[in-house]
Amino acid sequence: MKRLLSGNEAIALGAWEAGVQYACAYPGTPSTEILENLARYPGVRAEWASNEKVALDNVIGASFGGARVLAAMKHVGVNVAADSLMSVSYTGVVGGLVLVSADDPGAFSSQNEQDNRHYARFGKFPCLDPADSEEARRFVKIALDLSEQFQTPVMLRSTTRLSHSKSAVEATVPQPREFTTLPPFKREEKSTHVIIPAVARRRHPEIEARLRDIAVWAADQAFDLGVNRVEWKGKALGVVTSGMAYQYVREILPEASVLKLGMSYPLPLDRIRDFASQVDQLIVVEELDPFIEGQLRAAGIIVAHGKDVFPRCGELTLAKVRAGAIAAGLVPAQTADPVAPAPALEIPPRPPALCPGCPHRAFFYNLRRYKRRAIIAGDIGCYSMGVLPPFESMDMLISMGASVGMAHGFKQAGGQEAAVATIGDSTFFHSGMAPLAAAIYNRSRITVAILDNRITAMTGQQEHPGTGTTLQGEAGKAIDIGEVVRAMGVTFVAEVDAWDVNQINQGLRQALQHEDGPAVLIVRGACIFTRHFRRQPRMEVDPDKCVSCGTCFRVGCPAILKSDEVYEISGKPKAMIDPLLCTGCTVCMQVCPVNAIVPVAE
Amino acid sequence: MKSLNMLFVGVGGQGILTASDIAAQVGLDLGLDAKKSEVHGFAQRGGVVESHVRWAPSVGSPTCEKGTVDILVAFELLEAARWIDWLRDSGTVVVNRQRLVPMSVSIGDAQYPEEEEILTALRQRAGQVLVVDALPLAERAGNVRTVNTVILGALSTLLETPPDVWEQAILRRVPPRYRDVNAAAFKLGRALQT
Repeated sequence: MKRLLSGNEAIALGAWEAGVQYACAYPGTPSTEILENLARYPGVRAEWASNEKVALDNVIGASFGGARVLAAMKHVGVNVAADSLMSVSYTGVVGGLVLVSADDPGAFSSQNEQDNRHYARFGKFPCLDPADSEEARRFVKIALDLSEQFQTPVMLRSTTRLSHSKSAVEATVPQPREFTTLPPFKREEKSTHVIIPAVARRRHPEIEARLRDIAVWAADQAFDLGVNRVEWKGKALGVVTSGMAYQYVREILPEASVLKLGMSYPLPLDRIRDFASQVDQLIVVEELDPFIEGQLRAAGIIVAHGKDVFPRCGELTLAKVRAGAIAAGLVPAQTADPVAPAPALEIPPRPPALCPGCPHRAFFYNLRRYKRRAIIAGDIGCYSMGVLPPFESMDMLISMGASVGMAHGFKQAGGQEAAVATIGDSTFFHSGMAPLAAAIYNRSRITVAILDNRITAMTGQQEHPGTGTTLQGEAGKAIDIGEVVRAMGVTFVAEVDAWDVNQINQGLRQALQHEDGPAVLIVRGACIFTRHFRRQPRMEVDPDKCVSCGTCFRVGCPAILKSDEVYEISGKPKAMIDPLLCTGCTVCMQVCPVNAIVPVAE
Repeated sequence: MKSLNMLFVGVGGQGILTASDIAAQVGLDLGLDAKKSEVHGFAQRGGVVESHVRWAPSVGSPTCEKGTVDILVAFELLEAARWIDWLRDSGTVVVNRQRLVPMSVSIGDAQYPEEEEILTALRQRAGQVLVVDALPLAERAGNVRTVNTVILGALSTLLETPPDVWEQAILRRVPPRYRDVNAAAFKLGRALQT
């Protein structure tokens, strides 16, 4: 039976079908749904790790024990895991090990557009590049087989478009399966799994030889399995392509012969050379960097067109591939624009905003008041939106966990202003504890605001070590952030209610005055999408009291609207509150200077 | 039907992803190939949601090309105007009469166009504009959250497809306790045209 599955759902299904027994991830768009789906299959242990390196380390240990394993992460998560990734390539694996890297061309929800195929070349392991959900499902098993045959980690690379689009998959119905224990551990003399320098030096030539063997596999078995394939059409044009780019090529250049690489590293160079010799001209169409194109040129294969016409930046689309093909003279330019001119209408933008009732709102409303005295180092999470109007309270933002180190460094280098780091609960467990330890140790005078909304919110509400529930819904052990920072040696720890404007303000003021090492302010309030959040009676504006001062508009709540009524003296519109959107968080009520906002009696 | 490009647009929380899932499934159920693709990074937070649905004997790209959309299915008036460029000339628009005011308007930086202005702009491009007042119909069906099913009902009348294929796809997708309200919502959506 055919079912529509997203790329991520298909990867989970493929992993289950291929006998993956243990899988780990840290949530990150667009990779998150892989583990969420895999966790629902029988006989699989699936866990959220506290960060991507932990996820990879966990599965490496399981692989050494003999289990088939999978780790999933977004592209920038692979940077976090890279230390172990580079070494596990040297150690090799026992049970098949697949690392799913979900790249984000277009940076729909990421800080960069890095092309993780480079990791495969850098780390000397293979990379598979599926082009639809059915390939995503099939390639997981192929990746695991390949991993075991060559004792190498294998990267399965997805992109946002693959992970979050649905296409038909030949789906089996999951049968019950018991979780099986591993066979007794086989201890080896001089194990390559202990990567001391002597082992590393011995392994390096073996890894180079392994890579040559895998390139041979790419030229024969990969074609037998349909991972790499040639689709012969006309001989005037040959296209080398991989991943989602293949889909655009098939539509824009239907007459071209295509060498589709399901494995973008290592390349079957002789097969590509042979393909090139049979067509009049060869082009390469790939997303982001000229990863394939560069290798072909280095091998002396003549590439008529590649990144000279197809963009390096942003996600490829049908339109961009068409434009590139026109620029290369491969398809005729459209003589007349088939599209009628756009109607002349000003369309207001719809930027993202903190949700009505969001526990970050009152904190950023307060933080804005300290902008003249303090620099604000932000972190990755919903609170990144603190950079947007009306708060505009973020001076720097780099990567997961970076806020604490950046604030510390700014002060240590002699920064005049106070330094505030804002970091979420999940991010704190991900990579906030290590820089906090360094800040405490070095007697840093920074304020660290930990915005504890009891969930990994931005990726769609995943549990983490602070919540006490595991990915598979079991009771875990919840770690209390206040206890952690006190035990680490922070001498000022204030815990405040996320919806209490005055309490947050007092906490911030005291924290900024604290002189004995870092001060930690824990802002506690559950994300409105969690089971912990309680809706309160909604708010309404008493139009007789409202003086149109605009204070409530500056809390940036989507539920607070401008009403048609105006205040006679200023002529400005009064406020009104959308009854469907309001969650009754009371932040607007607290900031209203004339008590015009009141709860609705229900 | 040989092939069809649909683009579902609206605001996070309106049930667009579920509706586009169902529309893609209907394509498969009709014996065609189907793909769908969505962008929903910040969707939960009231942002713009777009979801492409393509039916054809064999679908390549999961996204449509601008100017090739046969049917634009807009769950909100402003979003219909934002995405109208994606419609092919003389394509069809299904637009829900709901207005969801973005922050840029509520804080006074921008103006929400009048409904008539929006509909006029849509008609400049479209061969047919079907205006659906889905919210009251969803309320009448018994649940405001069935707005998306009302809209699917209206959409189904524009296509030469058996209505029960749509209804079955909807009923398979929604939780059992919501089947009755969704069946009612689908019929109310269909009644708009037939």
